[in-house]
Amino acid sequence: MAGRGTDVRRQPGFGLIAGLCLTILYAPILVLVIFAFNANSIVSIWTGVSLDWFAKALDNEGFHQAATNTMIVSITATIIATMAATAAALGTTRVRSWRGQSAAYMTISLPLMVPEIITAVATLSFFALVASVFGINLGLGNLIVAHTVFCIPFAYMPIRARLEDMDLTLDHAAADLYATPWMTFRRVTLPLLAPGIVSGAALAFIVSFDDFTISQLVAGPGQQTLPVFIWSMTRRPMTPELNAMCAILLGISILFISFSALIGQRRR
Amino acid sequence: MSALQRSTAKRDAGIDRVSRLLTLPSLAIIFVFGILPLVIMLVYSFLKPAAYGGVEWEFSTEAYVSFFFTQDIFDETLTFNPDYLSIYLRSFVFAVGTMIACLLLGFPTAYFIATRPAHQRQWWLLLVTIPFWSNLLIRTVAIMLIIRDEGLVNHWLINLGVIDRPIVMLYTNFAIVLGLFYSFFPFMVLPLYTSLEKLDFRLVEAGFDLYATRGRVLRRIIIPLAKPGIVAGCLLVFIPALGAYVTPLILGGGTHLMIGDLIAQQFGSSRNWPLGAAQALILMSGVLVALFFYARNTAGKGVGHGR
Repeated sequence: MAGRGTDVRRQPGFGLIAGLCLTILYAPILVLVIFAFNANSIVSIWTGVSLDWFAKALDNEGFHQAATNTMIVSITATIIATMAATAAALGTTRVRSWRGQSAAYMTISLPLMVPEIITAVATLSFFALVASVFGINLGLGNLIVAHTVFCIPFAYMPIRARLEDMDLTLDHAAADLYATPWMTFRRVTLPLLAPGIVSGAALAFIVSFDDFTISQLVAGPGQQTLPVFIWSMTRRPMTPELNAMCAILLGISILFISFSALIGQRRR
Repeated sequence: MSALQRSTAKRDAGIDRVSRLLTLPSLAIIFVFGILPLVIMLVYSFLKPAAYGGVEWEFSTEAYVSFFFTQDIFDETLTFNPDYLSIYLRSFVFAVGTMIACLLLGFPTAYFIATRPAHQRQWWLLLVTIPFWSNLLIRTVAIMLIIRDEGLVNHWLINLGVIDRPIVMLYTNFAIVLGLFYSFFPFMVLPLYTSLEKLDFRLVEAGFDLYATRGRVLRRIIIPLAKPGIVAGCLLVFIPALGAYVTPLILGGGTHLMIGDLIAQQFGSSRNWPLGAAQALILMSGVLVALFFYARNTAGKGVGHGR
């Protein structure tokens, strides 16, 4: 049966295509990272291993400034979005369905459906209007707000998935033992929900950390985030310093992605 | 109903009310900073451009008119100008082409992963998930670095003696389509995988028992059962590809525009916000049409197996 089973599933050539596609997916990234370690300053000729370009990248004043901005924006947006998303997930699962629930769900997933460039110019228009009517310019706050909007659905999805998998009987048991709703939430629901929250926060952080389009259009002078800074580097003569910066950013993203995936898997 | 049950029911109703309030922060943030800006853009598209960016508060349909026509400076006659429309058409063709390429190559990939032994599957899946979440800008820069004239591909081809001068790949349509495929391929594989993973292979076996060939089993059993994944994957590739901004910016070099760059240009160097807003809304209506087809295709159908 087992032998027959694998045979039935086989489609000739599919493995080859899969291998080819995954190679195409990884080859450019690998080349980029490998050449970050190149001793030579010409990007395509390999002369030897060196960490100089990483040192140079980490020493770059603009890179520091951009990293500071990115950290402020991403961490703040992640915290706000995760808190809002956790509350929203609690409000849309494990309750009897209410009128407007599906509208609420659609609203939360809306930022995923609008093309990024539209969100970017719409947000730009919005802040321009706020600045001209009220004379308010929040500086980096503008970026934080813009990031929070698209972080919410990313944080919401894993939290909601975790809530849907969770057993309601534990909450009922707590209630039967005269726990107040708040205590039940604090001592039963929240600890069980924690992996979902962490996984959602990690995703929110990644999408904020990696965002380029919205940041580029919304950021004012001196508000460059890391991806925007890297883009400005590609417009100058390119050295492996660019590769090193890209490699650092990729490393951070991959760390968070793997982290989020691992936590998500523990659920099963 | 006992007193206890009644008090539980009452408490549950109270919790339900609190629960609804819990969605408020998210909804408020998205409404004020996500939906309201779209409305503002709709208003902007009916205003006049200010000289240094921004808008003048004066009603005008100029933005929509200039999308299709050019106005003569002297006698104000309108002549049809297909420049913007052709960029929209190009973007549409690129998006459909990317979608088809992703489907043709993504289906075998997803199928291959879904038929791996259970303990291997998560690792294969992680290989697709990592690029899915990785920085799009950096992945696009990575492509740019290897296909440019001094890049690795040309360097090797010249060293091998295949060519003596670099093939120009960067800043061409080829570069953009390659970039789009590379960017959005994982968006196709993941939903396809979700569909194929749930596939009941007893049905495939039954097909073989009835003397169907492999190709026939694929066409008549596997593909129809994977349809929800195919539709979702196509949508997930088509929408971002249609509005792509980073890919043509980096790989098109400002000469091979797509809708995304066109819009950004109006808000940047061209300083014509109303036109940019109108262009964005025209793109948005295209996206809504795609979403509508998706909703119509999936409405009333479960994700489970067909009969």
